Amino acid sequence: MKKFNLSDDATRKKLAPFASVLLGFLVGFIALFLLGYNPVEGYSYLFHGGFRGMASGDLRQFGNVLVNMTPLILTGLSIAFAFKTGLFNIGVSGQMLVGGFCGVYIGAILELPRIIHLPLMVTASILGGAIWAFVPGILKAKFKINEVVTGIMMNYIAFWMVQYAVGRWIPGRFVTESASIRDTASLRSEWMSNFFNQSAVNLGLVLAVLACILVWFVLEKTTFGFELKAVGSNQDAAHYAGMKVQRKILLAILISGGLAGLAGAAHYGGFANQLLLGGLPSQGFDGIAVALLGLNTPLGVFLSAFLLGFMNVGGLHMQAMAHIPSELVDIIISTIIYFAAISLLIQDFFKFVASKKRKNGGVK
Amino acid sequence: MWDFFTTMIPIALAATAPMLLASLGGLFSERSGVINIGLEGLMIIGSFASALFISQTFTDSNSVIWIGILVGGLAGCLISVLHAYASINLKANQVISGTAINLLAPAATLFLAQTINETNAQHIRIISGLPRFDLPILSDIPIIGELFFTRMYTTTIITFLLVVLTWYVIFKTAFGLRLRACGEHPQAADSMGINVYKMRYFGVLASGFLAGLGGAVLVVTTSSEFNGDVAGLGFLALAALIFGKWNPWSVLLASFFFGFMRTLGSLATINDALKTLEIPTEFYNALPYVMTIFALIVFSRNATGPRAAGEPYDKGKR
Repeated sequence: MKKFNLSDDATRKKLAPFASVLLGFLVGFIALFLLGYNPVEGYSYLFHGGFRGMASGDLRQFGNVLVNMTPLILTGLSIAFAFKTGLFNIGVSGQMLVGGFCGVYIGAILELPRIIHLPLMVTASILGGAIWAFVPGILKAKFKINEVVTGIMMNYIAFWMVQYAVGRWIPGRFVTESASIRDTASLRSEWMSNFFNQSAVNLGLVLAVLACILVWFVLEKTTFGFELKAVGSNQDAAHYAGMKVQRKILLAILISGGLAGLAGAAHYGGFANQLLLGGLPSQGFDGIAVALLGLNTPLGVFLSAFLLGFMNVGGLHMQAMAHIPSELVDIIISTIIYFAAISLLIQDFFKFVASKKRKNGGVK
Repeated sequence: MWDFFTTMIPIALAATAPMLLASLGGLFSERSGVINIGLEGLMIIGSFASALFISQTFTDSNSVIWIGILVGGLAGCLISVLHAYASINLKANQVISGTAINLLAPAATLFLAQTINETNAQHIRIISGLPRFDLPILSDIPIIGELFFTRMYTTTIITFLLVVLTWYVIFKTAFGLRLRACGEHPQAADSMGINVYKMRYFGVLASGFLAGLGGAVLVVTTSSEFNGDVAGLGFLALAALIFGKWNPWSVLLASFFFGFMRTLGSLATINDALKTLEIPTEFYNALPYVMTIFALIVFSRNATGPRAAGEPYDKGKR
């Protein structure tokens, strides 16, 4: 077996997310203990929730994990893609909402055969997300305005605009939801749903996996991807090498917005079949954790989205069984983000451990 | 028309104070060189701590409310240590650390609220908040008196005094000059013997205290409950800070304008005068954010923000 070598930089970087996750769980565990809950009981429900019933062949809960992780894969991918180009797309939440609105609008208003309607719904969502990302993108590229600030502003503009547009054009039964989309536009698939015992698993998952593969291909196998990464690691050098930096930045954030819009299609056009209002979608922010934990790689994003989806489902089970508020999951996730932000410290700690080991073992 | 303004302005002033407090906090932090997008989360922490303190110890006395407000500020200060430590000592990405606080605050406070409430309710109500009153003498001034000094809260006056204090500290004292130096050119500040880390700690902790205070003022004046949410006020405070070009007076005006818009938004479907305009609620609410983006474009030609804000200070790179 290959041994981990902590004195290697790349290894330390890869190990840091695992340490963040462990520390996140540790903080949650301590919090439960201090507040007088039974942490062992709570965690056993938390970890068991996603796999519940699987042994007896009931895949419903596992299906819920997949449903939960689907938009997280896409928002995580969206943020990771922007990170690769050196951009922090904090506007994913708004882009997902606008994308979802465009998709739901097409899905609710038009009457078309499925073979046209469904691709149209998905395309509209992607375009909606990309359009919303255009503003921070162009401002960053043309005026060097910080994309974080514009992203935050665009999130709230999206929230209020979609609220207005839904009430005006596609009102639902309640003010917190829109009209439902037609079956011909929904990503729901009877086959998938039946396989997972009536859970809402839908074609969005397939799209998310395809998006992971596509992003991996673009970043690793194309000149365009290489140039994006070059811009991300050193703008001046990229410029000097003859790359059109401004265009790359704009394209990167447009693609990132498109992925966020696709997350909207998967969540609203697959899981909910309608737009859900009342707040910015939390997936846009949880996506930050997904991207950081996944070290901005498509495979890492997929795995960490699974972890978060799994925890979200387990959290509900924990709340039902052990009466521990499911907010514990969000506490753990935000702690993980915090530890990911300070991952340099964790990496330094590994370095320290490695140097200690070497001293104790003597110089070979 | 006159009636319309005498109704609106006092409500708008009350709505402005919490946001303005958080904005001033952001001003201290960003002037010292640390971006704090965690203002929203810190406000939530403040609203939780003060609501909890007041609801647990309520004894009909006003002093409990005042201590409660302070408790809110201290709680915000305490949590901001997390952000300070990450962004100053560990040189972490300040945006990520701030985001972590924005996510942690609602989760942790809602978790605690459900643990404390026997009914598992997600909110903490306080029985009564601060009273409104007409300020003596000043409220008798014609026109201005009726607009700005009637039916007001003591906290609004204090907030205004804090604007003056902030301006004085930042622009008229040696300490303020040093703080600004850390946000503009920390290397130069360090070479002059200023402890950059200490200054930045002050900036971030002040932002935590003021944002927490903002959350607490929100509870004791307009909302009278904690519910795990400050409705985006923290982000609006961030917008006001940028719109006000990191200057206390402009931030005051920006906050008041945003507060006025928010008031129009919340009364758009109730007030008769506003109903005839037929402008949707959402328009008023979205306008501050749209204007901030436009302001950013206008400012971008001559950047006005602290130059080193967002950059960790590394002594070795001097």
